[in-house]
Amino acid sequence: MSAALDAPERPAVPATFRNVSTARKVKNQAATVLVTLAFLVALVPLVWLLVSVLIKGVPAIVSADWWTRSLSGVTPDEVRGGVYHAIVGTLVQALIAGIIAVPVGILAAVYLVEYGRGRLAKITSFMVDILSGVPSIVAALFIFALFISIGGLSQSGFLVGLALVLLMLPVVIRNTEEMLQLVPDELREASYALGIPKWKTILRIVLPTALSGTVTGVMLAFARVMGETAPVLVLVGYARAINFNPFEGNQASLPLLIYTELSTNPSAAGQLRIWGGALTLILIVMVFQLAASVISRYSAISK
Amino acid sequence: MTPDGDEADPNTVSERTTQRAPSDDPETRDRPSGSATMASVTETKPPSTGSSRTTSGGVGERVFRGLTTGSGLVVVAAIALIGLFLVVQAVPSLLANNANFLTSPDFNTSDAGNLRFGIRDLLAVTLLSSLMALAIAMPIGMGIALFLTQYTPARLARPFSYVIGLLAAVPSIVFGLWGILVLAPAIEPIAQFLQTYLGWFFLFAPGNLPVLTGTIFTGGIVLAIMILPIITATTREVFAQTPRFQIEAAQALGATRWEVIRMAVLPYGRSGFIAASMLGLGRALGETIAVLIVIRTATSPSHLSLFDGGATFASKIAAAASEFSQPLPTGAYIAAGLVLFVLTFVVNALARVVAGGKVNG
Repeated sequence: MSAALDAPERPAVPATFRNVSTARKVKNQAATVLVTLAFLVALVPLVWLLVSVLIKGVPAIVSADWWTRSLSGVTPDEVRGGVYHAIVGTLVQALIAGIIAVPVGILAAVYLVEYGRGRLAKITSFMVDILSGVPSIVAALFIFALFISIGGLSQSGFLVGLALVLLMLPVVIRNTEEMLQLVPDELREASYALGIPKWKTILRIVLPTALSGTVTGVMLAFARVMGETAPVLVLVGYARAINFNPFEGNQASLPLLIYTELSTNPSAAGQLRIWGGALTLILIVMVFQLAASVISRYSAISK
Repeated sequence: MTPDGDEADPNTVSERTTQRAPSDDPETRDRPSGSATMASVTETKPPSTGSSRTTSGGVGERVFRGLTTGSGLVVVAAIALIGLFLVVQAVPSLLANNANFLTSPDFNTSDAGNLRFGIRDLLAVTLLSSLMALAIAMPIGMGIALFLTQYTPARLARPFSYVIGLLAAVPSIVFGLWGILVLAPAIEPIAQFLQTYLGWFFLFAPGNLPVLTGTIFTGGIVLAIMILPIITATTREVFAQTPRFQIEAAQALGATRWEVIRMAVLPYGRSGFIAASMLGLGRALGETIAVLIVIRTATSPSHLSLFDGGATFASKIAAAASEFSQPLPTGAYIAAGLVLFVLTFVVNALARVVAGGKVNG
């Protein structure tokens, strides 16, 4: 409107907005195409992997025995038995790790957010980053050196749990830390104003407010450690039968079952077990991931 | 933290620029000042209420503070102990080593009386596979991060990022399984093509394996897929923090979307992207089981070709794990583990320095 009115008054001035030149348009289009392609390229392996695992794994896991039986007494080339023993081992070892890593991780996060000042806090925060980058095989070697070479213990599921603690800790700490930082300071100050000491404020006000986010972090940490294979290769032997006791004897776990079948059993039954085991492992990890995202939806504080 | 946080903040340009420098997380910036007031409240309270409590609080306060500080120290101690015990276990074997640890391609530990082990080939295979993974994953990761932050409508960005995150949820053993049984045969023609037409270049020269599946080439692709979600997640977070006013300023100059990215998003997110890539590199260097399954072992030394086989630090250790019985041969593998620990320590520390507080974890 106003442009049309203004036009007669200053006729010699060139148009304010020139069309975007072809070169710039082409570059812009090319960038859009490339960026979209990058996303699509990443979907290819994801879909391909999930579809192959589903196609090859579903025939194995549909039998009732798969979820309720072990491989005890089953010969390698027999399509029989299940992976109950490996599921038990995976859960028991993760549980041991969780019992140690969750309280220590949450307390360490409380330290970093509520108490940590100065150099020690900086070093701690730095070491959490370093710990999150420690390869699982190095964590396993450390536990091996400490408890088996020097301590004289024999291999067991418990030692796997200890190695998993090292891998779980940074995940728990970082997630809890993030949630604690989201708790509004007004809540803390209101509590102090009532004369409640800091530690009670943290335990009764801050941690409950951050609870759902913390639980989400714990779930993600479980999902991460259950697929770890390096610690079980170094720290425990494979058993084809059920072993509920992590302190004694060999204990199977899903990754160890997959690796053992892959490296020692070329038969069709072995192939079926490998893919069935992979699908089972993915399903269990997904359950924890899903639980994490469901819980985070009910979070008390929004990001 | 999130673009929404920036939008809601009606700061002036100069304030925003100062806010950008130390840290972009409003929460962390607020925390020291917030807790400073808290501390002063607790300190001034006892005299005013006439309470007899000391400034450090009661027993409960001291116990709780001790517990949390102790838990923080556990992490520091863990890293120190990992280093210490790996060194303690590695030194006797290094002293008994009859080959040069750094330059020997051998890794012969079957005779405890005559250990001959060196890390030359382990280092070569580890670096080749990790750098190849990085070369593939860096551009794609940046593309995805741009796609998710600058191109996707806000409503779709969340589900799309979730899909990419699914890649991180797949256990590495499943990647290994899929890599050797499904991917390797499928990409064999590509490997064949590269070797036929680019074989004059050392990376694509014929390797020390009789076949073209299960090479460093295959392993590098699998590793690239595995580190892609790490690079994407961190880079996306940094790109999303690009100050709104910088983007709008570029748009006001008439920049196309790509020009906005080049003028505002990329300069702002460059350090974060590099840090993210180093986190990915750290992960690739230490990946164990996928590499152990995918890359075949070779009998002859590496020629730095992508079509070589061999073992990385991690896969060498894992492959020998079942034979860890005698202390000296085991120490040889622990020495290799120590090198891997130092390598990932340096890479992760660099990532943190480069990020300058912009990236967490």
